[in-house]
Amino acid sequence: MRPRSLLPTVLPPILFLLASLAAWEAVVRLWEIPSYLLPSPWAILSEAIAERGQLVPAGLVTLAGAVGGFAASLLVGIATAMLFAQARWIRASLYPWAIFLQTVPIVAIAPLIVLWFGAGFGSIVLVSFLLSVFPILSNTVEGLTRIDPQLLELFRLHGAGRLQTLFKLRLPHSVPFVVAGAKVAAGLTVIGAIVGEFFAGYGAQHPGLGYLILQTSGQLKTELLFASVGLSTLLGLAVFLLTGFVSRLVLARLEAS
Amino acid sequence: MDLPSSQPLVHATALEHRFPAGTLALSGLNLEVPQGEFLAIVGPSGCGKSTLLRLLAGLLAPSAGKLSVNGVLPAKANQGSHRCGFVFQSPTLLPWRRIEANVRLPLELLGLPKAQARQRAQDLLAMVGLSESAKAFPAQLSGGMRMRVSIARALAVKPSLLLLDEPFAALDDITRNRLQEDLLELRRKEGFTTVLVTHNVAEAAFLADRVLVMTPRPGRITADIAIPFGTNRDTDLRTSPAMADLLREISHRLKEAMA
Repeated sequence: MRPRSLLPTVLPPILFLLASLAAWEAVVRLWEIPSYLLPSPWAILSEAIAERGQLVPAGLVTLAGAVGGFAASLLVGIATAMLFAQARWIRASLYPWAIFLQTVPIVAIAPLIVLWFGAGFGSIVLVSFLLSVFPILSNTVEGLTRIDPQLLELFRLHGAGRLQTLFKLRLPHSVPFVVAGAKVAAGLTVIGAIVGEFFAGYGAQHPGLGYLILQTSGQLKTELLFASVGLSTLLGLAVFLLTGFVSRLVLARLEAS
Repeated sequence: MDLPSSQPLVHATALEHRFPAGTLALSGLNLEVPQGEFLAIVGPSGCGKSTLLRLLAGLLAPSAGKLSVNGVLPAKANQGSHRCGFVFQSPTLLPWRRIEANVRLPLELLGLPKAQARQRAQDLLAMVGLSESAKAFPAQLSGGMRMRVSIARALAVKPSLLLLDEPFAALDDITRNRLQEDLLELRRKEGFTTVLVTHNVAEAAFLADRVLVMTPRPGRITADIAIPFGTNRDTDLRTSPAMADLLREISHRLKEAMA
């Protein structure tokens, strides 16, 4: 059933993509647009293949930053949410600051992070983490606290302690919420890693895609710039799809327990 | 340890409950429920019926007056030999647990060995006619079936006192009648004392040995009507002339209480 139902959803956007690429190629060739302004898709693809020795390692560096940020977001986000769920007064005094943190423009504090922690992988992970932690935190708090009061009464009636209520009621109840938050966070982690590399990229030895984008735009290597942007987009999509896949597995596992 | 059966299981004098916000939910309420009785309490919405049930379960503490279950505080009775089962307005099942795992949840929380809890859950599901659905998830069951599971879960701890908070209000008439008859059957088999709160006069009279009428907030009891139909009741009783007379009386008392 899967392959048949997938075709009508996958085919139209792919056809649209191919048509757009063809139009782009035609426009660039007909009007003879210089490649440092707008390279043709074919030129970008050729450049990407030629420069794969540079692009693939850069993609892996960025992926590592994003995965690091994602892991930190999940760990810190869920742990903080569990702390917030312990008491109303904790939530009341800390939650506004978590929201405040969310509204601080990340581009504005990234230089500070570099100032404090220096350029390097740690700072990139930190920027990616800061950008993606909030959806996980807020969703997990929702999941842990928005529970039918009657269920809490049932647990109290049968003498359940704080830990029993946490493990048998609050945490399983919050799993779908965490998964929804993780899906939103997944796309943000790649953006965070690239923004992190703009400021904290650790230079020529281990350039990530963010570093490559800055460098190629400065040198008018527009084909490689486009290839880097394209690859970062694919990376974001891959992380998002992978999270969706894992979350489906988790939800299925939860149902089966 | 049991008190003689002539002693009431539940005893309340001058019971009062005030919510933290200051509203007086119950005031000057006196109540005695003998061992084994099926008591129904009817009253208008918001009269404090649900609050009374939560006091009986030990989920809330009274702000004044005396309340005991088997001679001790409700919360203490529920920890010992006189456990309490509670059926809420909605089935309140855990959607991620299979039916059997939902029924044994109270036993799991009490720390009973898993094999023993499983056996009890299977027996209870057989009793409510849902053995076939043991491995299903709540979302796969109808509303009536979910309420049966909820009743089975309340009976898991072998309660001396079963508290029901308008459990059938959300069901259609046919399902509701069916569940009422099954509840009577369960009570005949298991012999628990029951306190049912409802705003459905016909339901109260069909199920109970005695019907109490409560006033609007702050709630207290204004009428005490014995239902003389014994323990073997079938669906024909619902439409009998004797029942019609009783319903008229209860409705009349309810109207008086609300005036």
